[in-house]
Amino acid sequence: MSSQAILAATPGQTVGPFYGYALPYPGDSELVPAGRAGAIRLHGTVYDGAGQPVPDALIEIWQADENGAVSRAGGSLRRDGFSFTGFGRAAVDPEGHYSFTTVRPGPTGDGAPAFFAMTVFARGLLNRLFTRVYLPDHEAVLDGDRLLRSVAEERRSTLVAEADADGYVFDIHLQGDDETVFLAFPGA
Amino acid sequence: MKTTDSDSAQDSQATISDEIARIQDDYQSTGVEETQPRLDYAPYRSSLLRHPTKDPHHADPETIELFAPVFGQRDIGTLESDLTVQHHGEPVGERIVVTGRVVDGEGRPVRHQLVEIWQANASGRYIHKRDQHPAPIDPNFTGVGRTLTDGDGSYAFTTIKPGPYPWKNHHNAWRPAHIHFSLFGQEFTQRMITQMYLPGDPLFALDPIYQSIVDPKARERLVASYDHDVTQHEWSTGYRWDIVLTGSHRTPMEEEDSK
Ligand SMILES: [Fe+3]
Repeated sequence: MSSQAILAATPGQTVGPFYGYALPYPGDSELVPAGRAGAIRLHGTVYDGAGQPVPDALIEIWQADENGAVSRAGGSLRRDGFSFTGFGRAAVDPEGHYSFTTVRPGPTGDGAPAFFAMTVFARGLLNRLFTRVYLPDHEAVLDGDRLLRSVAEERRSTLVAEADADGYVFDIHLQGDDETVFLAFPGA
Repeated sequence: MKTTDSDSAQDSQATISDEIARIQDDYQSTGVEETQPRLDYAPYRSSLLRHPTKDPHHADPETIELFAPVFGQRDIGTLESDLTVQHHGEPVGERIVVTGRVVDGEGRPVRHQLVEIWQANASGRYIHKRDQHPAPIDPNFTGVGRTLTDGDGSYAFTTIKPGPYPWKNHHNAWRPAHIHFSLFGQEFTQRMITQMYLPGDPLFALDPIYQSIVDPKARERLVASYDHDVTQHEWSTGYRWDIVLTGSHRTPMEEEDSK
């Protein structure tokens, strides 16, 4: 399906400690205004291999809208409060906690499970990590998912958010017993 | 809160350099080419507890992952690609232009996509509360830029040549001068953040972040080249740095559909 890469990719590097005045921007983590009908929260904590929170991580999400449509609208950096662009960015707080205000992504096809695509950056992390955040609602759908089926049973739960009162909780473990499943895509 | 990291700065440069050399020797003897940094790279002490220990899970990109966020002119201010005009006065230091092309693994331009940069000033100081390096802050330099690539995948920033700066990985640790770059491709899977370096920096051999890319050819891809055609008469020196994102997974048909 993918054509053969002919050029070697430029290497990644750590985001370092000083991105905090550069990458975050007003409204970065609010894909929709908090009060909007259907608004949910996706939040969680980033942990290191000693189980300590990581206070200098940056999380990005990219998702379909409630109907499963992939937004082709610009405006993620200067939100107008109405257009859904599908992209959000959140620096963690001093306790390693990130939080997005967004909508529940819809399935992009019949029987397809909905998920947030997620990227993780941190000081001490030499390259970005990719993962997926699946929603816990429909177990039958999750059971049929190609990626989840290919992950060892005992690690599958690291890819599935937990519901809470406002939306979903998804913790990220960079290392350790609960280490999150991170993804490598072909050609990377 | 005290987190597990390496701000103790106890080890000497000699200790770190020995570790770097040992890993480099081991790599040379394996004969398997690597193109990206190692996540598990002990000379960079902060990576010890922050690298995944399990191999990444191979996945084919699906649905949303085959697209990337769209950024448009309304996302970017007109002055954001010139870091020397964001304040009332001129920043101190050597004015430089950094330009290049962003392409995918097949060499196709990454068009109209967001490029973000941030960097220290000419003295090696960041406008960030965590940077306590006793070097002057420049009131005329923030060190943050954004732009969109053009129809050919080209980008250009005007800025000030950043200075090297000390950090706490080990005793007398200094980072080679660099500009942080954040890039999006035409697919989510191409998202990346990296650092651009300037040619001939004497700190390259000593720096565990640069050396975490164990393949010498691969790490040299992060070094810009001086380009006299980019240099402007009585105004700025010029550097060229091209960026290759990972291969694209979309077929040409899907490419058309996404327009
Ligand atoms: Fe830096």
